[in-house]
Amino acid sequence: MVQKKKQSSSITERRKEVLSDLAGLGVKVYDQIDRGEFPAIDMPSRSTENITYDPQLRQFILGDRAVRRSSRNIRHLKPFTQLIWAAFFSNELASQRKTSTLRDVYYSAQAYEMTFKDQQESNNIITDLETVLGLSREYFNIFPEERSAVFGDLMIEYTVPGYEGKTLNLDSHPDGVLIGPALTSSEFVKTTADKVIAIEKGGLFTRFIEERVHKKYNALLVMTAGQAPRATRHFIKRLNNELKLPVYIFTDGDPWGMHIAQVIISGSANAAHLRDLTTPDAKWSGVWATDIVNYKLPTDPLDEMDMKRLYELQKDPRYKEDPLWQREIKTFMKIKRKAEQEAFSRYGLTYIVDEYLPAKLEETK
Amino acid sequence: MAQTTFEEISAADFFYRNRDIAGFTNPSRAIFAALRELVENSLDAAESLKILPEIYVRISYEGEASPETQIFKLRVEDNGMGIQPRHIPSAFGQVLFGSKYKLKQQRGTFGLGGKMAILYGQITTHQPATITSSTGMAKIYTYKLMIDIQKNRPLIMDRKVLINKEQWRGTVVEFTLEGDYLRAMPKILEYLKQTAMVNPYANLTFVDPKGRFYKFTRGTKDMPTPPKETKPHPYGVDVELLQRLIQVTPYKTMLEFLRNHFHRVGDITSQKFLEFSSLSPSKNPKRLSHEEIVRLMHMLKKYKEFLPPDASCLSPLGEDLLKAGIIKELKPEIAVVHQRKPATYAGHPFIIETAMAYGGEIPKRGNFILYRFANRIPLLYDEASDISMRVIAAMNWRRYRVTPEMPIAIVVHICSTKVPYKTVGKEFIADRPEVRKEIANGLREVARQIGLFMSKREHVDKERKRLGIFSKYLPKLAQFSTQLAGKEKQPDIEKLLVSVKKYGAEEETE
Repeated sequence: MVQKKKQSSSITERRKEVLSDLAGLGVKVYDQIDRGEFPAIDMPSRSTENITYDPQLRQFILGDRAVRRSSRNIRHLKPFTQLIWAAFFSNELASQRKTSTLRDVYYSAQAYEMTFKDQQESNNIITDLETVLGLSREYFNIFPEERSAVFGDLMIEYTVPGYEGKTLNLDSHPDGVLIGPALTSSEFVKTTADKVIAIEKGGLFTRFIEERVHKKYNALLVMTAGQAPRATRHFIKRLNNELKLPVYIFTDGDPWGMHIAQVIISGSANAAHLRDLTTPDAKWSGVWATDIVNYKLPTDPLDEMDMKRLYELQKDPRYKEDPLWQREIKTFMKIKRKAEQEAFSRYGLTYIVDEYLPAKLEETK
Repeated sequence: MAQTTFEEISAADFFYRNRDIAGFTNPSRAIFAALRELVENSLDAAESLKILPEIYVRISYEGEASPETQIFKLRVEDNGMGIQPRHIPSAFGQVLFGSKYKLKQQRGTFGLGGKMAILYGQITTHQPATITSSTGMAKIYTYKLMIDIQKNRPLIMDRKVLINKEQWRGTVVEFTLEGDYLRAMPKILEYLKQTAMVNPYANLTFVDPKGRFYKFTRGTKDMPTPPKETKPHPYGVDVELLQRLIQVTPYKTMLEFLRNHFHRVGDITSQKFLEFSSLSPSKNPKRLSHEEIVRLMHMLKKYKEFLPPDASCLSPLGEDLLKAGIIKELKPEIAVVHQRKPATYAGHPFIIETAMAYGGEIPKRGNFILYRFANRIPLLYDEASDISMRVIAAMNWRRYRVTPEMPIAIVVHICSTKVPYKTVGKEFIADRPEVRKEIANGLREVARQIGLFMSKREHVDKERKRLGIFSKYLPKLAQFSTQLAGKEKQPDIEKLLVSVKKYGAEEETE
């Protein structure tokens, strides 16, 4: 199955929007100063009282409460200036097609005598900028340290400077391809895959490639390396949105693995100010607590931390969407055991690929 | 019954045997004590004529005495009133001769400091002292003297008379003594510095045995009003004093005796008191028996109607001079001073002066630096036992935004006709409730002023910091937004900066 390259490229469009949003912020502040006013910006409050779960969007969103950052206020002036600096810096990055990391931002500020107290302070300012613009930082070219990867038959076309127009098939390297700035800013050209399988751990990801899961099940494989970074969540969303590929998530069978899947599906409270990071139709395919019972997997007991986490998740609005979540939480609480994905090896190395995987894909279809 | 022999000893002999009392305890203490006694005599000699003191002190090395001690020659020159030639031998060669038996505030109180120094020099080096003096008249007299210790009499070894062409006035004392200068040096320098602090109108020059030159220059030409002599107050007398007064009095009746020899006692008070103590006003005081004298003393203390002593016999430094001295010697960022109203303890008038100085060249010691003075002389020993120390420890400094970690110096000056020293060593002030109260109130007042200064400074600092933040970030805000908006010219931030300044000024008047 071949997907046509989309007419209006989502990446180029978005880049234009970002640049104009950043310039708009600059104009707003410029005009305020020009009128002899202390510039001020209103943005949604990110305090916990203002974070609510939106069942329609199936993610956390920020409420109506707004905070005003005013340069009139002595306590706001420095963070306000830092915010405008961050916008200026992002604008430079975006217009010069360069990328940067949070760590980079922290050091770059020093060149403008805008020294941040610590990494946390500069991270907060970038989050402020995300909130003001309603865009995640990857849009203005600030990326986290990459660690997740993708493998499978997907032709992409680079848009990063020096590689414009070049294409790459993501099945060309058996270790997978890093989901970094160049990949996330690429256009999707064509694919034969009809699904996405996201895997929590690198070991299993490699096993899947070796066992040719991508061929056998016609899938793109994504390794999240634990909690999926935002760039990866956004990438999964694009695969789902632009290529209309269903997404199946495989994690360890414990509260933490369950939550890795949940964040890919419904996002996190920390990113309540952002959209486009969630894939509400993605499925958690395993390892469920009921799988532990049904497949008689070797287990470890749930410790105190695990149990505490389960109680928290039980009350979490994201876990009330689908009865599956509550059922699995109750089962975990009942059996008080957990199992890793590798536990299937007790039935032989290929059991997970030959037996478990097809069964679960079918079950969560 | 065992036979007891009584041996009369002279005053000189007594002090020779008890020289610790006057501070000549060991070779390092002795050289320090000798220097300070002579310097204090010189200051008194200049002040009594309201002359701005010019004092020159030199210690020169003369030879080894023992492995730890050396022989030094001490020379102290002043421009004071000078001494009448006929009084020179007794003034320097006879212990307990002097002018210090009347009641007024003076530096020494034994009248033997200078003589003790010379006596100590004679004991340790067997050399005569040389005293040169002139009252500014036609002649200058130079005496070489020794003291006959048993007889307490001056021995004149040599006498010279010179023509005083230049109309020089003053006194030069020079003698040799054994001492340990190296160990005494820190105390001597500290003493000179603190003396310069409470005598800011004096020029002090010191040349030490290594030829090092120290100069403490006067910072003002104003001098405090010299004290007036007063008669003793009835509350302050003892049997000894009563007996002495009875011996010398020309008055033949108790009424006259009381009226003429006591402070703040007039005709009416005298009559009322005699009535109170059932003494006949016409009784001749010389006829009083020993028991009657003792009873008189008790009655004098018991009678409540005597007016409190006035303070005209005291000569405090005054707030302006104290401040000038502190600024001159400590070079602080700020100095605040306070003089208390006169008070009395046991019939003795006293005045407390306090000061606090902050910052500048005052070091941080982790504790307040305390300077104690009594009748304008520095007290350098036994600080921990002093009443001021207790008052400082008991104070709630936090109230005044002050902590011991700050660079702060505290000054306490007590002046009195009888300073309430705790010991004969005269190095620290005793804990008398009246004195304690005055010191505490004095310190509270200066602490309050320092507290005001601190809070004002905090406010100014805060304001400066606030304006600093605006003038640091507003230009950057303009710069970044200009570039972000893609504009050419930066917007004018001057208006914004002016408005924060105005805002700041409003805040300050709130």
